[in-house]
Amino acid sequence: MASAFGGQRSIQLSYGCLICLYPETAGRCNRLLRGNAPVIARRLASGGLRTYQEQMTAKCVEQKLAILADAAKYDASCASSGTSRRDSTKGGIGSTEGSGICHAYAPDGRCISLLKILLTNFCIYDCAYCVNRVSSNVERARFSVDEVVTLTLEFYRRNYIEGLFLSSGIIRSPDHTMEEMVRIARTLRHDHGFKGYIHLKTIPDAAPELIEEAGHLADRVSINVELPTDAAVTRFAPEKKPAQIRRAMAGVRMKQEEARDRSHTGKRPGRFAPAGQSTQMIVGADGSNDATILTNATRLYSGYKLKRVYYSAFSPIPDATAALPLIRPPLAREHRLYQADWLLRFYGFQLDEITGAAEGGNLDLDIDPKLAWAIQHRGLFPLDVNTAPRDLLLRVPGFGTRTVKRILAARRNRMLRYDDLTRIGALMKKAKAFVTCRGWTPGGLTDSADLRARFAPPPEQLSLF
Amino acid sequence: MQTVPLPEIGTWEAWREAARGLAMAGVPPEAVLWRWGEADGDLFAGETRPLPEAKGPAPTVPKAFLSTARLAIWHRDPERFARAYGLLWRLQREKGLMADRADGDVARIEAMARNVSRDAHKMKAFVRFRDIGAPDAKRRSFAAWFEPGFHALEPTAPFFVRRFSDMDWRIVTPDKTAIFEDGILRFAPGQPKPPLPEDAAEGLWTTYFRNIFNPARVKINAMTSEMPRKYWKNMPETRAIPQMLAEAETRVRQMAEAAPTLPPAFAAPAAQQLAAHASRWEMPDAGLEAAIRACTRCPLHEMATQAVPGEGPEDARLMIVGEQPGDQEDLAGRPFVGPAGQVLDRAMAEAGLARDETYLTNAVKHFRFKPMNKRRLHQAPERDHIEHCRWWLDLEEKRHDPGLIVAMGATALQALTGNGKGLLKRRGGLEESRLGHPLLVTVHPAYLLRLPDPVQKAEATAQFQADLASAKAFLDAV
Repeated sequence: MASAFGGQRSIQLSYGCLICLYPETAGRCNRLLRGNAPVIARRLASGGLRTYQEQMTAKCVEQKLAILADAAKYDASCASSGTSRRDSTKGGIGSTEGSGICHAYAPDGRCISLLKILLTNFCIYDCAYCVNRVSSNVERARFSVDEVVTLTLEFYRRNYIEGLFLSSGIIRSPDHTMEEMVRIARTLRHDHGFKGYIHLKTIPDAAPELIEEAGHLADRVSINVELPTDAAVTRFAPEKKPAQIRRAMAGVRMKQEEARDRSHTGKRPGRFAPAGQSTQMIVGADGSNDATILTNATRLYSGYKLKRVYYSAFSPIPDATAALPLIRPPLAREHRLYQADWLLRFYGFQLDEITGAAEGGNLDLDIDPKLAWAIQHRGLFPLDVNTAPRDLLLRVPGFGTRTVKRILAARRNRMLRYDDLTRIGALMKKAKAFVTCRGWTPGGLTDSADLRARFAPPPEQLSLF
Repeated sequence: MQTVPLPEIGTWEAWREAARGLAMAGVPPEAVLWRWGEADGDLFAGETRPLPEAKGPAPTVPKAFLSTARLAIWHRDPERFARAYGLLWRLQREKGLMADRADGDVARIEAMARNVSRDAHKMKAFVRFRDIGAPDAKRRSFAAWFEPGFHALEPTAPFFVRRFSDMDWRIVTPDKTAIFEDGILRFAPGQPKPPLPEDAAEGLWTTYFRNIFNPARVKINAMTSEMPRKYWKNMPETRAIPQMLAEAETRVRQMAEAAPTLPPAFAAPAAQQLAAHASRWEMPDAGLEAAIRACTRCPLHEMATQAVPGEGPEDARLMIVGEQPGDQEDLAGRPFVGPAGQVLDRAMAEAGLARDETYLTNAVKHFRFKPMNKRRLHQAPERDHIEHCRWWLDLEEKRHDPGLIVAMGATALQALTGNGKGLLKRRGGLEESRLGHPLLVTVHPAYLLRLPDPVQKAEATAQFQADLASAKAFLDAV
């Protein structure tokens, strides 16, 4: 080290920034991450940054972080839950313990659990809805592998994050980009013994072996279907092939199933994305209604065993294209879709029951889909909480899966009263019109004509000005 | 009155030990006064006496009580120890009480445990370490100041041990300090806020926080319900929030008002880069297979992953036709790779028919199913689907001009002969396809998998075997 940069500088460097290792950048970066001498020496010896620095006009890591976090925020997922349990007591750093942790919340109400960044926002695709499309004039930047690894570890050590959610614009080719992303995950896992959470956004066109390696390194892999119909994808994302997206998802499911099966020797082939795969659909960019969106979601859940489908209300982006005007869909629509999604997955609702209650194929924005269904099927209510079977209790507005579980456990001991239900955690404001229990009957409430109006927000008076 | 003092460090173990002794001695909850630390003394409390002699057996409690009480005793409610002991006392007499969340005592303990658990969770989330290590130290070293709502530090510290075991760290709170050095965790009394050195990473983190925020969707309540303001003072990023909110509206307006721009200069060469890349998934874009893969003749393609064309050598003398791809075939894009395919493989091997010398295909090329939660339930194709797909089957049949076709199941029979009725009567018989090829009728291997009765199943499997054997004999004779 001393021979390369001179004694004076090497001392300065050993106290210097872990990211801008080189003297020519060390001066420019004002956010120094303190690194110790052995680490710096090892990084310098590996020499990976030199070529990178020559290739790019150097931006300070803080500028890059600003650009590449900004570019990543349109991906809704930030889950860090549901993966295998690991910890660092036998070496390495990090742990995952089943439930995810949200380390901060941004004023947009979204949880910040992972360092969600793009490797680069250069992209050769031209997807109309995307801020990073090739025809956009947003400022571009590119992280090196080492920068992402160091940022992840330094943030992790300070307890800012659960891990890394890495996505990328496509540079040079899908394979090249995927290779770089896999290299970051590999460095974190193998060189640094990183046991935290890694989510890799997978490029559907990348070679199958790369997707496979991504699955072995990451906790979750995801491939975005982007839009609810094939026609919309073809129209707004001309380089993306809906059939290829599905084939890649099918590939991930097959790998996951292989990883679960033991071979004849009883050995497992090694974990594959233990937190499953997920996808994201943009809502409101094309004309699809909620019924179409939910039908597609059902197809994805049943076909590829997705853990989650994220619905992301189309959001205004800087430098939008003329092909897709910035009309902001109501955020409530996104919320209603999530509620419907939950009903389908955890409450035993069938798709046609939900879309049947949706006028014109769109969910009621004023009341939640379960309430909308219950109001349309008042004949079934009120239910007796003390005798009704589980599948019917799950249909009561205001009862969640946990409430129902507790009701079933508690009523083994005795008959439940109204106050008991409140203590158990039921939302009685909603539920009271639909249930009877000891000392409570809704009387005419269930069949009252204004039942919907009781829950819907009051109509807004239009402004005169 | 029995007074039981509990230490501030190791409270849970001490409480557990004492509660066990008291229950064995038969001391009722109303006769116990719990004292925690030095702070809360009761003037009317009796002298601290050793526990009375044990009279009864050790108390037994359900697991749920232990996990709940273990958290609840870190609440700030001075009655927490008494309430936990009261519940333990009742549990000796009322079995199954713990499952009854509607019971007042259970609900109270549960509520305390929930409060502490939430506080512990927020501690795991909102502790912010600062680097305090010397630059040349072997082990990295970090420290944090945190103000929990309850006494959550002690039950939460093991989490930080599991997560950060390769570095030294300490978490200082007003009540207690957790210190982890060289792999050993210990607790010390609380301290006032220590002066921690500045950490430049906080600036980077705030930069991240500012930029991951989407100004087009401001939801302040959603933020504050999960990140209450009381935690903000020890979280560096929250200092940026007022400015982020103040600028949000302007930023969104600017996005809407900005005129579309011309593509940058690198857009054109980028398109060339993309064109030059050949994806490994790419399949030939000409020929019959490619045409089948692109098929949208009927609505089935809307739900399936992909069309599954036939597979086998051009000069195959035997063509086997099934119904439609199943779940596994739809994923893999290859025919007969699922459970039914394995039955067929075994039967073919038995009959001496080589799979790689046979053309295997389906009457319908897309998987028809009904989504059922996380599964896809197979649905037989309708006449309409068969008719649409016959176009492809006929092309395959013409191309291969096989010496013999084996039609497995009613759908294949329908497609190949125009009549799929009376399968079980026609099975084993030799017929002729509409295009004039000899055709042997048999059942679909999936039918064998679905037969519930083992005797029937064995019989049907033997018949299926025999059909394939006669196909082999037919081909050998020609």
